[in-house]
Amino acid sequence: MELAHFWGILFISLHAMVPITLAAIGETIEESAGLFNIGLEGILLLGALAGALGAQASGSAIIGLMTGITIGAAVGLIFGVISTTLRGSQLISGVGINLFALGFVALMLTVMGAPGFHSVARDVQVPLIHLGVGSLSPLVIVTVILAVAVWWLLRRTQLGIWIRAVGENPAAADVAGLRVNALRLGAAIAAGAFAGLAGAYLSVDWFGAVTKEITAGRGFIALAIVVFSGLNPLLALLGGFIFGFFDGLATWVATYPGVKDIIPWQFVAMAPYIVTLAVVAGVIGRVKFPKALGVPYMRE
Amino acid sequence: MLPSSWRRRFNPIAESLLAGLIGLIIGGFIMLAFGYNPISAYRSLFFGSFGSTYSWAESLANATPLILTALTFAIAMRGGLFNIGAEGQLYVGALAAVAVSLMHLPSPFNLVVSLLAAMVAGMIWSLPVALLKLGRGVHEVISTIMFNWIAHFFAFYLIANVLTDPKRGERTISIVESARLTRILPMATLNSGILISLITVAVILFFLWRTSAGFEVRAAGYNQEASHYAGISLRKQVLRVFLIGGAIAGLAGAVQVMGRPPYYAVMSGLPQLVNLGFDGIGVAMIGRNHPIGIVFAAIFFGGLMTGGRIMQFDPGVPFELVRVIEGVIIIALAVPELRRLISRFRRKRKHEN
Repeated sequence: MELAHFWGILFISLHAMVPITLAAIGETIEESAGLFNIGLEGILLLGALAGALGAQASGSAIIGLMTGITIGAAVGLIFGVISTTLRGSQLISGVGINLFALGFVALMLTVMGAPGFHSVARDVQVPLIHLGVGSLSPLVIVTVILAVAVWWLLRRTQLGIWIRAVGENPAAADVAGLRVNALRLGAAIAAGAFAGLAGAYLSVDWFGAVTKEITAGRGFIALAIVVFSGLNPLLALLGGFIFGFFDGLATWVATYPGVKDIIPWQFVAMAPYIVTLAVVAGVIGRVKFPKALGVPYMRE
Repeated sequence: MLPSSWRRRFNPIAESLLAGLIGLIIGGFIMLAFGYNPISAYRSLFFGSFGSTYSWAESLANATPLILTALTFAIAMRGGLFNIGAEGQLYVGALAAVAVSLMHLPSPFNLVVSLLAAMVAGMIWSLPVALLKLGRGVHEVISTIMFNWIAHFFAFYLIANVLTDPKRGERTISIVESARLTRILPMATLNSGILISLITVAVILFFLWRTSAGFEVRAAGYNQEASHYAGISLRKQVLRVFLIGGAIAGLAGAVQVMGRPPYYAVMSGLPQLVNLGFDGIGVAMIGRNHPIGIVFAAIFFGGLMTGGRIMQFDPGVPFELVRVIEGVIIIALAVPELRRLISRFRRKRKHEN
């Protein structure tokens, strides 16, 4: 294999790593606090739409990303309120968020006059950093920094201990004077913000367009990566890269003459999902999750 | 005063109706925000879905596969499992039905074998989910979603390379005429698939409440630990739920491809199959995971789909709004405050009486 191919695959892998990892590390905060948001996929989708609209309205990619973060945080807030103060079902509200997002994004795309597809003008996309061997999105670096920062937050700060305490044993945390629902709500908003950024990255940076299928299960893959990581953001980064590599490999194989004649593209496209399954099945036994994950807290 | 068994049934129905109302109201506000007239849109939606014999027939035709995918979800939910794999299982079910057509079996057999093949294909697609859960502890939400995507690309491959109609590259060969489900009305797409769905409802109803295996499923759903100590094998229970669910979801794919005119073939891009599995989850939730509730919820969803198409033409509101409404209804259902609202309302009524 020529060196150019190596760089090509590496760069696609890094770009494919970003959305999954961002969503996964946000969800890591949330699951550490005891909430399980299956609606991640929907938040990604809404973030992608919001990011594109924000970038176009303002003419700035940064504002586009911020719009994605804001909308993601808002949906995270709704999910958080339902899961904490209203003591609702996290699985049902998550499914509702996914359905709503699917409908709403498709609706907006139709209203904007381009059913199913809306491209983002190149001059409001995130500018790439040009290296000698290829171009890299600055969001790749941001993702690595955020993964380290969240690891530090959860494992090395007082706030991190509090977050993990309300996930592990909310009743004890409550007795110790922690505000269980406030901490969980904050974690839900943070997870929404991360997923919103991941979505905005898809539209304003990586693909430069919004479609109904833009997320392609990445929210669910992020959930799988969280399982793989055992709530360690650094391992989530690694998991995101593994997925990104196979995603990148699939894109590369699908376009590389000679290879695509031997292996049909559909089988290559399955690879990331099969690998995710294999990886999750391979590590699962040793992973320990918070005891109160998914259980609403009610003061006795 | 109503007897308590009636009250127990009334509350979930009232909750679903209230959630439905909230969904329609918020949907109305969204229409206003986009500059549509919600009243004329809802009028068109209602008459489009239930205003005539034809629209009733179309709504029932849309409900047919949804009843089945909702049952897949509901039976798992009754057993305490979250199976969102109907989507992929129905793809392989539909393609298995088409594949049997290639065997050119004699007349009544090809229809029966097609249905059975779809059920088996759904079970095969569902089995690894159960095995991964039992053997490796992989949560079914993750594995079913991954299998849905694998099924998606596998279906694309089969449509483009294996089951392709030699004359029409964009779809599979059509199911032979003798293996098609008969149409009930000459104009509408409603077909005898609705009977298959209703029979399945009756079977699941009987299974869950009249057999010991069904009792074990429900017991595990109420309290997994207690049912384990009562001697119910978790292994058997997980396998049972996923295999039955897979068979029903496969059947959903089969009735859709064997029953819906005009092509009786799976189109490339799976337009007539995509999202039926996910919509089934919504149907099951609104039907409170009860087979009878599911029938009504599926007719409601089927009606939204039929009327949504009409609404698209008349006041010009995009069809996608229907799914927005569905999402809001589900989110509303997740909120237990609704339940308290209803009981407060009932208490007030009692005082007034």
